[in-house]
Amino acid sequence: MNNLLVAENIVKTFGGYRALNDVSIEVPKGSIFGLLGPNGAGKTTLIRIINQITMPDQGLVTLDGEPLKADHIKDIGYLPEERGLYKSMKVGEQALYLAQLKGLSHAEAKKQLKYWFDKFEIGNWWNKKIQELSKGMAQKIQFIVTVLHKPKLLIFDEPFSGFDPINANMIKDEILQLREDGATVIFSTHRMESVEELCDHIALLDKSNKILDGKLLDIKRAYKSNTFEVGLITDRKSEVTQGLQEKFSISDATFKTINDELKFNIKIDNGASPNELVSHLTSKGELTHFVEVVPSVSDIFIQTVQNN
Amino acid sequence: MNHLGLITKREFLNKVKNKSFILMTFLSPLIMVGVITLVVYLTQLNNDKVRTISVLDESQLFANEFVDTENTKYDLLESLELDTAKKLVQEAGNYGLLYIPKGDSIDAIADKIKFFSEDSPSLIVMDKIEDKIEEKARNIKLKNSGLDPEIVNNLRVKINANLETFEGEKTSKMGSGLKLAAGGIAGYLLFMFIIIYGNMIMRSVIEEKTSRIIEVIISSVKPIQLLLGKIFGTTLAGITQFLTWVIVGGLLFVVVSAVFGIDIAGAQMEQQQEVMNQVANNQEAQDGINMLFQEFWNLPLANLIVMFVFFFIGGYLLYASLYAAIGAAVDNETDTQQFMLPIIMPLMLAIYVGFFTVIENPHGTVSQVFSYIPFTSPVVMLMRIPFGVPIWQQLISLVFLFGTFFLTVLFAAKIYRVGILMYGKKPSYKELMKWLKY
Repeated sequence: MNNLLVAENIVKTFGGYRALNDVSIEVPKGSIFGLLGPNGAGKTTLIRIINQITMPDQGLVTLDGEPLKADHIKDIGYLPEERGLYKSMKVGEQALYLAQLKGLSHAEAKKQLKYWFDKFEIGNWWNKKIQELSKGMAQKIQFIVTVLHKPKLLIFDEPFSGFDPINANMIKDEILQLREDGATVIFSTHRMESVEELCDHIALLDKSNKILDGKLLDIKRAYKSNTFEVGLITDRKSEVTQGLQEKFSISDATFKTINDELKFNIKIDNGASPNELVSHLTSKGELTHFVEVVPSVSDIFIQTVQNN
Repeated sequence: MNHLGLITKREFLNKVKNKSFILMTFLSPLIMVGVITLVVYLTQLNNDKVRTISVLDESQLFANEFVDTENTKYDLLESLELDTAKKLVQEAGNYGLLYIPKGDSIDAIADKIKFFSEDSPSLIVMDKIEDKIEEKARNIKLKNSGLDPEIVNNLRVKINANLETFEGEKTSKMGSGLKLAAGGIAGYLLFMFIIIYGNMIMRSVIEEKTSRIIEVIISSVKPIQLLLGKIFGTTLAGITQFLTWVIVGGLLFVVVSAVFGIDIAGAQMEQQQEVMNQVANNQEAQDGINMLFQEFWNLPLANLIVMFVFFFIGGYLLYASLYAAIGAAVDNETDTQQFMLPIIMPLMLAIYVGFFTVIENPHGTVSQVFSYIPFTSPVVMLMRIPFGVPIWQQLISLVFLFGTFFLTVLFAAKIYRVGILMYGKKPSYKELMKWLKY
């Protein structure tokens, strides 16, 4: 099996409310897996089950082929959305404590901390109290504590909140580097542009059910509508437009260009190939813009959830 | 190191290193000793003043009774009108004027005795004066009836039953007081400990919730480990603080007594002596003190100490887990009010039952029942033990206590597990019940 984490048919009920209804996901080794969904869809519950914070009512979660057990805690690094640190504790002490709770020895924890503190150039924070740090600074400590014990599986819930763009970029690079070094990442966020950028697999939860999952590219292919952005320079604008309308369904352009040209979004819905569209266009004028409309994660998200 | 150890260590160090905790630890005994010293000093200062009481005795019967003492001087007025005397006393700034009118009989006089003063006179002063008049009046009445007061006094028989157990151990009434004191101190200590350190646990749970670190922690450890680590760590910090209080307080007391101390000790001695003199003569007092020591050693000390440890641990842990559950259920300290009542009520009940019912009858039905109910048994049983409770009763009570403790911890852990991840809303009791089913 090439999956690091498999959750099968997970059911979780709180009182009378079913938070997860028969949800299954497979997270391939070495992937960055986007766990998406509207608020209250059940993402956090699923993440908590993977972290053994809550137990599922039904279903099985396996990590590296083994059912989850207490020993797996050290293989997982979790950065929750609701996060914080002991305000009155010193940064160094606190990081050591949290690392030791993850099973590192005191010496090993210290060594790893030194590496990360040097890397982030924050060595002089060691004896500061958390309450003296800014929110962004505290978030850095939190990030370090999450990845310190080199877990196989990293779970980030809204990792970029609280960071300015520069630091967010730095964290993004660190996440990519960690993946490079062999970690698998589960990534939950509402920021679709970071999903586009980072994820290769996604699963979409809505109203306690999984409504979509798979490789991001496959999903995009499935959701593409054979629509192309077209820009054409021609003197006979109305005549060309009429000709196009007869053969394809056209709509107003959603892109901007610098030329004074005819602009459309053209959808091929008569089974023709894009090549046929191109040759039709080139016969009418000078083709300046021809791009396939790729559905964004955001579009897919909105469309799927609304249809659900 | 295992997780429980790590958590306990952190909780302990975090408490002990806390500035206000350190301050409280060392300041409290200072304040205590300071206040006691101040009170003793002020009392002495208060009594230093010499009172002058003027006496206008028109009956001429009582004048001889008023003999000056250290704190009270009597100024005997003669052949003055009452109004003149009043004015005179007021101008002189004396404490008051005792007026005894002329009369046909003692009873007629007694009804008309008056005491004038600027404001209400001290009760102690009045008691003394009244005693003097009563004594004299009685003697006069005896004489009038043809009886010799001397003979009448000799006719009085004083009974002081010598107490002894069936096993032949001598006891005394003082012993009962001692038993009450031993049990009362043990029970009250536990009560205070539960309230102070239970609250501390609750605050530390709330702190973890408000700082939002809780989810990070419980992705590494089981909630029950965190709960127990918190209770253990805080308890260790509490014991450290308590011991520091006892030691520092004791030392300070010795130092203060050594510096100003002769006065303090002196004042207490004088008072005690006075009390004892009133009760009996010196020889009897000496016997009493000896008896007191003997009584102390006759207390089931080993039993009390061992059971103190067990009931203390059981009772404290029982309540501590409830405090932790409350902390987990709410978002901030102001929301804890509604849940505090069910904790405080049984504690208060235990203290009241202890100090009223147990004193009245240590082995009465109510005392017995409350010394079995787990939420009151630590306090009530500790107060009963000095009076001699069969070991099997103590053991049954302990079994109940620890059994309930384990149930409570399970209950608390459940509330805790769900509660620590709940934010935003103030839960109701109904909601807590629902959490138990999650």
